[in-house]
Amino acid sequence: MSVLEEWVDAVVVGAGHAGCEAALACARMGISTIIFTVSVDSIALMPCNPNIGGSSKGHLVREVDALGGEMGVNIDKTFIQSKMLNKSKGPAVHSLRAQADKAEYSRSMRRVLENTDHLQIRQAEVTELIVEEGKITGVKLHSGAIYHCKVCVLCTGTYLRARCIYGDVSDATGPNGLQAANGLTESLKYHGIRLQRFKTGTPARIDKRSIDFSKMEEQFGDERVIPFSFATDPETVQIDQASCWLTYTNEETHEIIRENIHRSPLFSGMIEGTGPRYCPSIEDKVVKFSDKNRHQVFVEPEGLHTNEMYIGGMSSSLPEDVQYRMYRTVPGLENAEIVRNAYAIEYDCIDSRQLKSSLEFKEIKGLFSGGQFNGSSGYEEAAAQGLVAGINAACSVLGKEPFILDRSESYIGVLIDDLVTKENREPYRMMTSRSEYRLLLRQDNADLRLTKKGYEAGLISEERYQDLIKKESQIEEEIKRVENENIGANPEVQSFLESHGSTPLKTGTTIGELIRRPELNYEMLEPIDKNRPVCSDGVKEQVNINIKYEGYLRRQQKQVEQFKKLEKKKIPENINYDEIKSLRIEAVQKLKMYKPESVGQASRISGVSPADISVLLVYMEQMKKSR
Amino acid sequence: MKSETIAAISTPMSDGGIGIIRISGEDAFLVADRIYQSKSRNKKLSDQPSHTIHYGYIYDDGIVIDEVLIMLMRAPRSFTAEDTVEINCHGGIVAMRKVLETVIKNGARPAEPGEFTKRAFLNGRMDLSQAEAVLDVIQAKNEYALKSSVSQLKGAVHRVVCELRKEILYHIAFIESALDDPEHISLEGYPESLKSENEGWIYSIQRLIDSAEDGRVMSEGIKTVIVGKPNVGKSSLLNILVGEERAIVTDIAGTTRDVLQESVNMKGITLNIADTAGIRDTEDAVERIGVDKAKESAKDADLVIYVTDASVSLDENDEEIINMLKGQKAVVLLNKTDLDTVLSEEILKEKIPGKEIIPISAKENKGIDLLEETLKNMFFEGKLSFNDEVYITNMRHKAALIDACESLRQVESSLAIQMPEDFYSIDLMAAYESLGSIIGEQVGEDLVDEIFGKFCMGK
Repeated sequence: MSVLEEWVDAVVVGAGHAGCEAALACARMGISTIIFTVSVDSIALMPCNPNIGGSSKGHLVREVDALGGEMGVNIDKTFIQSKMLNKSKGPAVHSLRAQADKAEYSRSMRRVLENTDHLQIRQAEVTELIVEEGKITGVKLHSGAIYHCKVCVLCTGTYLRARCIYGDVSDATGPNGLQAANGLTESLKYHGIRLQRFKTGTPARIDKRSIDFSKMEEQFGDERVIPFSFATDPETVQIDQASCWLTYTNEETHEIIRENIHRSPLFSGMIEGTGPRYCPSIEDKVVKFSDKNRHQVFVEPEGLHTNEMYIGGMSSSLPEDVQYRMYRTVPGLENAEIVRNAYAIEYDCIDSRQLKSSLEFKEIKGLFSGGQFNGSSGYEEAAAQGLVAGINAACSVLGKEPFILDRSESYIGVLIDDLVTKENREPYRMMTSRSEYRLLLRQDNADLRLTKKGYEAGLISEERYQDLIKKESQIEEEIKRVENENIGANPEVQSFLESHGSTPLKTGTTIGELIRRPELNYEMLEPIDKNRPVCSDGVKEQVNINIKYEGYLRRQQKQVEQFKKLEKKKIPENINYDEIKSLRIEAVQKLKMYKPESVGQASRISGVSPADISVLLVYMEQMKKSR
Repeated sequence: MKSETIAAISTPMSDGGIGIIRISGEDAFLVADRIYQSKSRNKKLSDQPSHTIHYGYIYDDGIVIDEVLIMLMRAPRSFTAEDTVEINCHGGIVAMRKVLETVIKNGARPAEPGEFTKRAFLNGRMDLSQAEAVLDVIQAKNEYALKSSVSQLKGAVHRVVCELRKEILYHIAFIESALDDPEHISLEGYPESLKSENEGWIYSIQRLIDSAEDGRVMSEGIKTVIVGKPNVGKSSLLNILVGEERAIVTDIAGTTRDVLQESVNMKGITLNIADTAGIRDTEDAVERIGVDKAKESAKDADLVIYVTDASVSLDENDEEIINMLKGQKAVVLLNKTDLDTVLSEEILKEKIPGKEIIPISAKENKGIDLLEETLKNMFFEGKLSFNDEVYITNMRHKAALIDACESLRQVESSLAIQMPEDFYSIDLMAAYESLGSIIGEQVGEDLVDEIFGKFCMGK
């Protein structure tokens, strides 16, 4: 029997946030690409929370944007509320978070995909990988059709052998009742890929008309919205924003949960997957933090053209009847009508230690993966990996060097390095505390850190790159000027300082020195800084941060230099750890399992001691010399 | 991350009086310049040519520690093929350690076991045939260091360090959870409470550092004073114990008059005999001074050696000394047993119950082995020990404690200028890591576990 046979450069499996970025990166880098999805209507679907960004996730979106990814641009087009979080804290932890109009977000991304050259969209389920001699050569669809390819990026999200559960109801579907992908798991196993089972969950959606908002606190967006994308004109995002609402659970809620806890599939053992601790269900919170007599509940719109409201903070897998009773104890939700139940979802994902930093499988050439399939969680984490996997897939086809970001230059680097060097027992979520050089990796300087790399990869336009170069030199010049701009202790300056609660000058100083005072900043000093040139907000921000936090930034910069030394020492692929007799047995086992790409990466593997690293360094030197 | 410039004492730690401290790495000259002064006070080592030797002094906070010769070797013409400074110390073990500590304080870090050799190899200073040996040395030395470091760490230190880490981690987790989930967890008013906690931590670590200073007593000797009335033979005893040769060595160092203590090795136990100059000075002075001096110096000694004269009977001055011995670790020497004896062992035993009485003759060099034997037994039976405060002898531990303290001081100053939480959270983490290196713990997922374990995150 004959089947359909097609030839493409790249196959992307899945059209969620990872898949979209991967496919766009490949196509934009000029290789012929096809993206498979179980439903074209669910491209870039947001099946859980209706926001993009948030603490540290906002950083990821900015980085994706700086590299030429789509997520930032797409949310700028479709957000309905936006906030900069942590504004009272240091610039390194400022983070953008926007409420998305889910349907619009999805539609808009679909339009982008549809209108990208070299990219085809195809609704079908991929059920088999074709691997020959340790190299991917194609995929087989449920229909039997074969797509031959040079590279393949797996972004199956939470769809692999997915199961949705609430109470004693268990449906073999993906999120939102979408068809699960049941075939691929066997093929992955057949090719020796180690899988594990993770779990996550989502709260109920409630009909807006049944909610009494007068009993809740209204939450507004920022007065002045800052766009996610460095390419978006800030004036285009100053829109009328929708509100979110805050309410709280209470003892009554908790009582209902406690009484029915035995009916939760998590507690009865019906769910085997490991859930994320950072995103606990309400029953988890009640059990684990029994001393808290209330928990926050954020009620957020799912879009402008729907009545569905997302009940943030109350994800659950309790039975339907308990859900109804529980939600109705919350002030404002007394008459709540549920549109969609809360549920938990279980799915197959890989042990990500099988991947290289390029997100290519160590054992299967040309096979890449990104997103929740890799054991992460979150739209933003997915997009970041999808982008890197896509770029690397294209690099591999084009015969270019792998595209790797390290821990010292991006959150994306931290995310991927953690995934490939650490054992993950729950869906991995980005957190600012995971980034050891975070003072340098700010959301405000993602473009300065990464846009050059995006340009070199071919994802950033010449125009955007030239803008960046201009910005860089303006920052440099302005810092120089400010540091040398003398300011005398004249009456105008003194009264200015006094009016800002700042000690008057004893002798002359520079504008730079004044910026360093805790109570002052670059912006405020404008009236007494007579020679100030006109600069963009972006430049002003960088000048201020770089001067104000100079000491801290310099210290981190030094740490980065140390870090880079070991990071640059690449371990040859043919290294034989068994041959190094001075290594401890545990270290040999770990190194053989992880196959670290650099000595730096080896040093982050638990069970490899500093002495082992010394031994490894000496051995590598020995190898080099004897060659 | 630690500095890449390393330092260690690179000669055997013997009582030879002379030793070399080696500093290697890109900041070696810089570190040396921070602590060195030439006689003319205006020489900069970093301006000097390679392979030259310079005479001068090592200073710590304006105080001379030792008179030294410094040898400079610029990369790649040194053992490690890096910029290297070797400090030849003349002042004995105590001075040598002090110099090393000063070096560490000024920007180098203690070398890992085998690290000089490792660097020498990596920088191409050794041929391939030596590689195997290098590998073995690194692993063996590290294993040994790990073992000895663990065994040296007193339970009490371990407890204190663990407790501190636990508290610090809790605070980092609190800050981080608030940064990650600002809508659920607020940092309102938090800096004030951290400030007082932080002061407490600094105080605790400072105490550990201080006890690490005392810890030197453990590895270098027991703080000992010799007391007794004038002319009972303290000086001759000292000369026998110390030996003439050693006195000459210290003479050459030019600091004899300032020497406040001498180290004496007895059957593997080192005695640090305090106020030796005083003993010699007061030998001919009026009796009163001798007794007062004895009382003063005996106060904080680990061991008192009380010398009596067998040829004369005890007087009120002796009574006073005997009173003072109560509650002290002490041995009593009955000297001049070569003369006609008036004072007997029996009388002394009755007067000073519970203390060892040893008849000797300093003049005829008799009974000294008995003294040595007695001290050795006392030491191994635990009768002779040091005060019960927490000790840390390991140099690396001390460096780690200082690092931790530095980081917490950084927190302190960040708090003082009202920096946002995320700035000092990094320094708290650095302190946590430094403390972890003392008890051999790496930071894995501690923080993430603590955040999720202790704080209820949203979503």
